[in-house]
Amino acid sequence: MSRVRVLVGTRKGAFILASDGKRALWDVSGPHFAGWEIYHLKGSPADPNRLYASQCSGWFGQIIQRSDDGGKTWLQPGTPPGEPTSTPDGMPKGESNKFAYDTSAETGKPLTTHQWYDGTQHPWEFKRVWHLDPSLSDPNTVYAGVEDAALFRTNDGGQSWHELAGLRGHASGPQWQPGAGGMGLHTILLDPADPKRIYIAISAAGAFRTDDGGKTWRPINRGLKSQYIPNPEAEVGHCVHHMAMHASRPRVLFMQKHWDVMRSDDAGESWHEVSGNLPTDFGFVIDVHAHEPETIYVVPIKSDSEHFPPEGKLRVYRSRTGGNQWEALTKGLPQSNCYVNVLRDAMAVDSLDSCGVYFGTTGGQVYASADAGESWAPIVRDLPAVLSVEVQTLR
Amino acid sequence: MMTTMIRVVLPAHLRTLARVESEVRLDVPLDAEGRLTQRAILDALEARYPMLRGTIRDHVTQQRRSFLRFFACAEDLSLEPPDAPLPDAVASGAEPFFVVGAIAGG
Repeated sequence: MSRVRVLVGTRKGAFILASDGKRALWDVSGPHFAGWEIYHLKGSPADPNRLYASQCSGWFGQIIQRSDDGGKTWLQPGTPPGEPTSTPDGMPKGESNKFAYDTSAETGKPLTTHQWYDGTQHPWEFKRVWHLDPSLSDPNTVYAGVEDAALFRTNDGGQSWHELAGLRGHASGPQWQPGAGGMGLHTILLDPADPKRIYIAISAAGAFRTDDGGKTWRPINRGLKSQYIPNPEAEVGHCVHHMAMHASRPRVLFMQKHWDVMRSDDAGESWHEVSGNLPTDFGFVIDVHAHEPETIYVVPIKSDSEHFPPEGKLRVYRSRTGGNQWEALTKGLPQSNCYVNVLRDAMAVDSLDSCGVYFGTTGGQVYASADAGESWAPIVRDLPAVLSVEVQTLR
Repeated sequence: MMTTMIRVVLPAHLRTLARVESEVRLDVPLDAEGRLTQRAILDALEARYPMLRGTIRDHVTQQRRSFLRFFACAEDLSLEPPDAPLPDAVASGAEPFFVVGAIAGG
């Protein structure tokens, strides 16, 4: 029988929630890495027992953890004890937890500054890994989106990480600026039909696409309008909160922006708004039904200054028309006095016949729906603030 | 090369990460003049516990992370140069070298 495994990153550790295909009874394991911030953990589509986790702390920096047994045990891939950390010619080896920006001449001229909140230029400084996205075909290859915004890749199961510097070296870099949560690269979408095409999004720079495996990138923000920046239709500077794609239609993208829910039908070349009848088009998460590419989900949040659901009612909104017409899904969700947030990486879907939808809140609840959103129930209610939710469907 | 057996006390999160209990005992090389330095301690610590690389000092700059400080013999040694000699009591193992996390939030 099929099973599901929900991978939850929180402010104080990781939790793994497991159930059979009925998704009624759950086994809760954790906290793993107790006391550390777990921004994200995700399984390899090519080997579901291979999991990667981003573990970080303001005191001790960034750690990458890997599991080869579905989360039962974890290791920090890297140079074993006693082995030299430099190559025979004296060059430092890449190491598991080391995210060093590429400053080599061969990559062009990687930029060294971006725009700070006050408009001055500020040096790029590594802070943490926001998002890990394992390759669709190779368990040892993983992409990491980091703050300050850059994209890294490992090809050796997390032992060493190397920057795809063409993104940070894009000529628009000095115009990128941090959002309230920092200048993070938070979304990575790998095109299943074209291994050389990757979409990423950065707060607050916008969306970018590569068609050559990460060597060169260009902004794909035409059609976005952000009234909170000096030029509302600028090439970069938009605060994209999250993007989603259905595997069967990789040219169709959905975006929850700071304000506005957007859609592109041409691989990001142009965007149009599909907020329609949403009670507010501010929010963080967006996701697509596993089997219906025109069915999408968002969780509207009141405003940029009030990060909680409007009217204190936690409502998932679903559109079955690819946007514009939305219906509120409320059964099983609190409809009074609810003032939690749902952060950008905290929604996911499973691919069982009846699509399961999951999301986590800053109040520590992880809600699950086994019927595509019709009804909801909490799997857990009292975790630390949830930063990310991913789901693995195990067959 | 002369070495000395010393003691290091790590903050709780790093003990968990390195899978060690209480304090760590380390055989650390002395410099050419027979002195123990902060750099030698951290190099030896990271060699034996590679998972600690980057957690006490930055991977790239090798600077002490800003929310950590170093103490020994009731002295704050955080701002001492990494190659300055440490107190004899640390080099002899009589006193431990403390890596201390800032009491800030959490």
